[in-house]
Amino acid sequence: MPAGGTRLGALRSFMLKEVRHLLRDRQTLLILLLLPLAQVIVFGFAMRTDINDVRIAFVDPVPDALTLALRGRFAGSGQFTEVAVLPGTRELEDVFRRGDADAALIFEPGFADRIGRHESGKLMLVTDASDPNTASRIQAYASAVVTAYGASLGSSSLGSSALVPPVEVRGRMRYNPTLESVNLFVPGLIALVLTLVSALMSAISLSREKERGTLEVLLVSPIRPWQIILGKVLPYLVLALANVGTALLAARVVFGVPMRGSLALLLGASLVYSLVGLALGVLIAARTSSQRAAMLGAMVGTMMPSTLLSGMVFPIASLPGWLQLVTVVIPARWFIVIVRGIMLRGVGLTELWMEMTVLAVMLAVLLAAAIRSFSARLGNQ
Amino acid sequence: MRTLRFLLRKEFLQLFRDRLVLVMLFVMPIAQLLLMANAATFEVRDARLYIVDMDHSTTSRGLVEHLLASGRFVARGSSESMSLADASMNRREVDAILGIPRGLEQDIVAGRPTAVQVVLNAEDGAAAGVTQSYAAQIVDTYVRDAGARLRPPTRALAGGGAAAAPIEMARSAWYNPELVYRDFMIPGVLVVLVTIVGTLLTALNIVREKEAGTLDQLNVTPIGKATFIAAKLIPLWLLSFVVLSMGLGIARIVFDLPMRGSILVVFFAAALYLLGALGIGLWISTMAETQQQALFVSYSIMLVYLLMSGLFTPVRSMPIWAQWIAQVSPVMHFTALMRAVLIKGAVVADVQRELILLATIGACVLALGVWRYRKRAN
Repeated sequence: MPAGGTRLGALRSFMLKEVRHLLRDRQTLLILLLLPLAQVIVFGFAMRTDINDVRIAFVDPVPDALTLALRGRFAGSGQFTEVAVLPGTRELEDVFRRGDADAALIFEPGFADRIGRHESGKLMLVTDASDPNTASRIQAYASAVVTAYGASLGSSSLGSSALVPPVEVRGRMRYNPTLESVNLFVPGLIALVLTLVSALMSAISLSREKERGTLEVLLVSPIRPWQIILGKVLPYLVLALANVGTALLAARVVFGVPMRGSLALLLGASLVYSLVGLALGVLIAARTSSQRAAMLGAMVGTMMPSTLLSGMVFPIASLPGWLQLVTVVIPARWFIVIVRGIMLRGVGLTELWMEMTVLAVMLAVLLAAAIRSFSARLGNQ
Repeated sequence: MRTLRFLLRKEFLQLFRDRLVLVMLFVMPIAQLLLMANAATFEVRDARLYIVDMDHSTTSRGLVEHLLASGRFVARGSSESMSLADASMNRREVDAILGIPRGLEQDIVAGRPTAVQVVLNAEDGAAAGVTQSYAAQIVDTYVRDAGARLRPPTRALAGGGAAAAPIEMARSAWYNPELVYRDFMIPGVLVVLVTIVGTLLTALNIVREKEAGTLDQLNVTPIGKATFIAAKLIPLWLLSFVVLSMGLGIARIVFDLPMRGSILVVFFAAALYLLGALGIGLWISTMAETQQQALFVSYSIMLVYLLMSGLFTPVRSMPIWAQWIAQVSPVMHFTALMRAVLIKGAVVADVQRELILLATIGACVLALGVWRYRKRAN
């Protein structure tokens, strides 16, 4: 048994070797460093759900003063662009199938006459619901335009007292008043990048040594299994934290994403989460026999659930019950609550202790399993 | 030709020998499709609601009952203090707060404008938006009914007759009247699956031979570059079709996805699309030296393309420069085509633009990959 000093020395030189491995592969390193940056920018600029330019067609067989005025209202609202005025619904079907319009407003003939006789003018709003989310949003926009126009008609011809009083529904979006998509995605993104770097990278790097047989050499050396794991894992840990820093900085400088809580707590949580990912990566590498199997395992076992079942994109509340139960064992699910809590709600440990505890327990279990699976391997050889 | 036949045989043998590839080809797509079709939704069923009712009237109680009866909300707390409600939201105990002001009923009776407040936890932006529109719709219809009930109709019109709203707007959502999000999502998921299989497997397959050194052995043989590439790509091209067919079958049988247009058009478009997807894989394989590199390059390229191609968010909501980038993305055109044909029943004439663009992009990318590929000794 070597003395403590030499053991630490072995650990240090082993870690140096890992760092050299990491630095030698410039291409991968560059991707790993730039990926979070690129992701924040793509997410921030491109992943927008607000709809600002709805292409609307009008089916107006007999135009009159009021249909023209309402069409003008749509064009003037800034949210709609008139793309076609059609004589009938048959033409409309072609326009929709070609994808040239997102919505259409169908007037019935004699629109102005009916309103003149104090009857209701009849309209039909058709949306292309092949994209249902966009469709329901367009419905809301169009209703607002039509309601405002109806109210202006009502007040000019009937006097305002005739109208049912408008009870407004005042919506307020706490923590993210403008529903800025980048504010929502950055926390998820941090989780994704950390998973990628910690779980996927460590799984691949370890299984590569296995494939090449260099791991056997390490295992018969006096370095202990936990030292091998630690040496493997620490450089990636540093890289992972650097990635959190870049992503946060880009989010802050380019998009002004808020950071309402404590940065130190966020970094601490990121550290714990990265360790969970690294332990998972080690576990996957120990259980698989080739690099590709490890890659596949890491993709299916960590990346996929972190994207789909973590609440990053799709709310957990909308999953079916059994899938909601599955999300409980996914670390990213808890981590994202923590990051969102710190960044958007500005809360601290008092509110987040449960999520932190869950992550800590996961870490303990996975770490024990990872070290065990390594020692067991050593015994088998 | 004979060489190509032998090489093809080798490739098929290698592919089918490798259990892992089979998992990637058959198990993963199915699992992913099942998972994504279930997970990819923004519909929120039981938003937890905190009620701050300062009015205590029949109308306000009716409003709360109406919201809860919709099945979209469950009550998780109530008080008369907005700050208590706020604290509860801060602890993530509730998703939404309904604030009913004092004197709501009287305001409605008197015809004074008034407002009901709905506060949402927008940490989960997509869910918040959807929940707000549910709440707004429910409150809106209830309050309108209440207004009509509470106020005597004789006041409404001086000239007598019914109090008709000046404009009545009916709504109709074509192609997906129930607004089922899954029908929108599944064609997109199929595109993702085919892309991953096509691009990633191509890149990994070639780089693996590089790593193992067998690529050098092939390079010193008189096999031509075109023959080698054809032998590598044809099996994966065919297998991607198998994956697509399986996916479409599952979408039809398990998820009851409507298929209004011709499947032949979809397959023809897929053939063109896969040229591009495999071409990108080939191009990546020329840049990467290790499988790890190939994986990361593929991941970065696919991520950007998949996110910017209208799979999840509409392309037309993106800034102009991003829309231009999306234009050269085969993913975007293929997704648009799949949705148009499957959901809207588009025919070839409707999607000819997409078909032409897919063919052009596919040819260019493949040409780039072939040109970059070198038969060189390391």
